[in-house]
Amino acid sequence: MPTLTSTSPIYAPNARGYYGEFGGAFIPEMLYPNVEELRDNYLKILADPDFQREYQLLLRDYVGRPTPLFEAKRLSQKYNTRIYLKREDLCHTGAHKVNNTVGQILLARRLGKTRIIAETGAGQHGVATATVCALMGMECIVYMGSVDMERQRPNVERMRLLGAEVRPATSGSQTLKDATNEAIRDWISNPVDTHYIIGSVVGPHPYPDLVARLQSIISEEMRKQLLEKTGSELPNYVVACVGGGSNAAGAFYHFLDEPSVQLVAVEAAGHGINSGHSAATSVLGKPGIIHGSRTLLMQDEDGQITEPYSLSAGLDYPGIGPLHAFLGSSGRARFISIEDEDALRAVAECSRLEGIIPALETAHALAALGQLGAGPDEVVVINLSGRGDKDLDTYMKYADQLK
Amino acid sequence: MNRIKNAFDKKQKNLLNIYFTAGYPALESTVPILQALTAAGADLIEIGMPFSDPLADGPVIQQSSTAALANGMNLRVLFRQLQNIRATVPDTPILLMGYLNPVMQFGVENFCREAAAVGVDGIILPDLPLDDYVAEYQEIFRRHNLRPVFLITPQTAPERIRRIDELTESFLYLVSGPGTTGGANTQAEGVQDAYFQRIENMQLRNPRLIGFGIGDKASFQHACQYAEGAIIGSALIRALDGAQDAPAAAARFVSSVLH
Repeated sequence: MPTLTSTSPIYAPNARGYYGEFGGAFIPEMLYPNVEELRDNYLKILADPDFQREYQLLLRDYVGRPTPLFEAKRLSQKYNTRIYLKREDLCHTGAHKVNNTVGQILLARRLGKTRIIAETGAGQHGVATATVCALMGMECIVYMGSVDMERQRPNVERMRLLGAEVRPATSGSQTLKDATNEAIRDWISNPVDTHYIIGSVVGPHPYPDLVARLQSIISEEMRKQLLEKTGSELPNYVVACVGGGSNAAGAFYHFLDEPSVQLVAVEAAGHGINSGHSAATSVLGKPGIIHGSRTLLMQDEDGQITEPYSLSAGLDYPGIGPLHAFLGSSGRARFISIEDEDALRAVAECSRLEGIIPALETAHALAALGQLGAGPDEVVVINLSGRGDKDLDTYMKYADQLK
Repeated sequence: MNRIKNAFDKKQKNLLNIYFTAGYPALESTVPILQALTAAGADLIEIGMPFSDPLADGPVIQQSSTAALANGMNLRVLFRQLQNIRATVPDTPILLMGYLNPVMQFGVENFCREAAAVGVDGIILPDLPLDDYVAEYQEIFRRHNLRPVFLITPQTAPERIRRIDELTESFLYLVSGPGTTGGANTQAEGVQDAYFQRIENMQLRNPRLIGFGIGDKASFQHACQYAEGAIIGSALIRALDGAQDAPAAAARFVSSVLH
C-alpha cells in the first residue's frame, strides 16, 4: 500500500523535518518528549500491516472511500477544458479532514494515549476529530476561536452532539491561530496521556509529514480513477485550496515527482492582497516561526504574527505548511489567490452548474478555474475538499452575490 | 566579567529571579521596574520580550505581552531603554526571555551585539531547539559573552539533561511541572518533590532555579529546598495589574516573597 509509506525523493522532509529551508521543530522543552515520541514511532506505525489493515478498512467502511472522481461536464463546457472533481465532500463528516483523524486516532491508540485534543478553524477538523473519538470511545477536547464558533455554529453543535468538549480560544484574533496556541498549551499541560491531532500539514516535525501521508490517499485514488476515465494517470493540473494546506498536500502528494502535472495552490486573498485584510501567505508572508515550524508567515517587521483575514474560517491562517512553502519557493507549485467575492461567485456557479454546493474554502479552488489557462484537451482535477452545508449562514447573508 | 556566575558565587542559596514583561504596564516602565526589583532584593532579573503568540506562557504573561505590544514595545525600543542600565544596576544579572521569531527577524547577530552592548548577561528562548542552537547560534552567543539558559521538565530524559548541563554556563531552568507559566501546581503530593530530588541527585555542574507556578513566599521557600533558588513571573505581573505606582508595587512584591 503505497499511500502511507512512499515518499518523493525531492519533496519529502529530511531527518530533521526540513523541506528545503522550511520545517523543523521549534518547540519549547515541555513538548520535546511528546514530539520525540511521535517522531520516533510514526513511520514504524504507519508501515505496520495491522495499522494499514485497520486504517484501510475504516477508510472504506466508515469514511466511504474511495470518493468518486466526477467529470463536471457543465463546468467543463463553461471553461472550455476537461474538469474533474475529486469528491472529498462525500467523505463521512463532509470533508477530507477525516482521512487524517482516522489515521491519527489509530496512531494515538498505539502510543497508549487516552485523551485527544485538536484545534479547529471552520470546524471541519474538529468534527472529524470528535467523530473518530466517539467511534473509539476516547475523551475529546476541541479548541476553537470564539469568532469561528460564532460563524461556524452548526459545526460547534455537531461536535457537542458527538460528545466532544468545545473550548473557546479567546486570545488574539480568536480564530484558527489562537485555537492552535491553546491546543499546544493543553498538550504542554498534559504531556503523558494526551495526543494532539493536528488538522493540517503544519506544526513541528513530524506533523506536516504525518498529515500529508494520511491525506495522500486522495491523490493515490485520483491516479487510478484518471487512468480509468482519461486513459492516463496524469492530469495537466491539480488544483486545491490552501489554508494550512492538508487537502492540497493530499491532492498533490502522488504527483509531486511528475513534472508534467501543474500543481496549483489557491490561497484566500480576503478583501484583496493589498487591502490589509487577506490570508495570502505565499505573497504576504516571509520566513518565520509559527506553531513549531519555520515557514512563510504573515508578520510585522518586528516578527509579531499578524492577523489574517478571509471570509472562510478554514483559510485564515497566517502561516502555511512547510511543504507548501517549499513547493512555492522552488517553483514546483503555482500559487493563485482568490478574493472573498470571487469565491462566493464560484459557490453559486458550482451549485447551479453541477448541483454541488461546495464549502467556502473549496470555492476558492473552483474560482481559480478562470486563471489556469487550461486548453480544451487538457485535464484539470479540482480537489472538492468539502461540502457547503456548514457555510449556509454565510451564503444566506451574501445571497445577493450568489444570484 | 560574568555577572551570573558572580551572583551564584556570592549567594549559594535562596536566589530570587524575577521575570517581568518589558513595556508593561507602561512603555517606559521597563527601567523603573527593573531598578525597583533589584533595590528590593531580587538576585537576577529576566526581562520578557513580548511576543504575539507566547506558546509556553499562560494567560497572565500573554495578556501583559499583548498590552506591551500595544504600548509600542519592540526590541529596538527595549535596547534603547536599557542603554544606560548598568549605570544604576551594575551587578545584578539581566537575562532576556522571549521567543525565537522576533529575534530572528531582528537578526540573531544584531540581537546578540545589542544585548551585549547594553550589559545583558543571558538569553532564554524556549522555542529555540538545542540542536539548532549548537549548529547555528552557539558561536554567536559565545562571541558576545551571552549565556543561554535551557529549560528542563519532569519529562526531560536524563541523558538530555546531561547534554543541556554540558551546553550551559549559567543555570538550569527547572520547570516545576506540566503546564504553562502562572499555573497552579496540580500534581499529586510528592510527585514534584521526587522530581526535584531526582535532578538534585544527578550532581549537575550548573546551579538550578525552579520556575513555573512559584508565586509567593511559601512556594519560593519550598522550591529553595531543592535548588539554589526560584523564578517568579506571573505573580509579579498580577501584582502590577492596576497598580498606581508600578515600581513601588514591584518592590512590595519582592519584599513579600523575601521577608
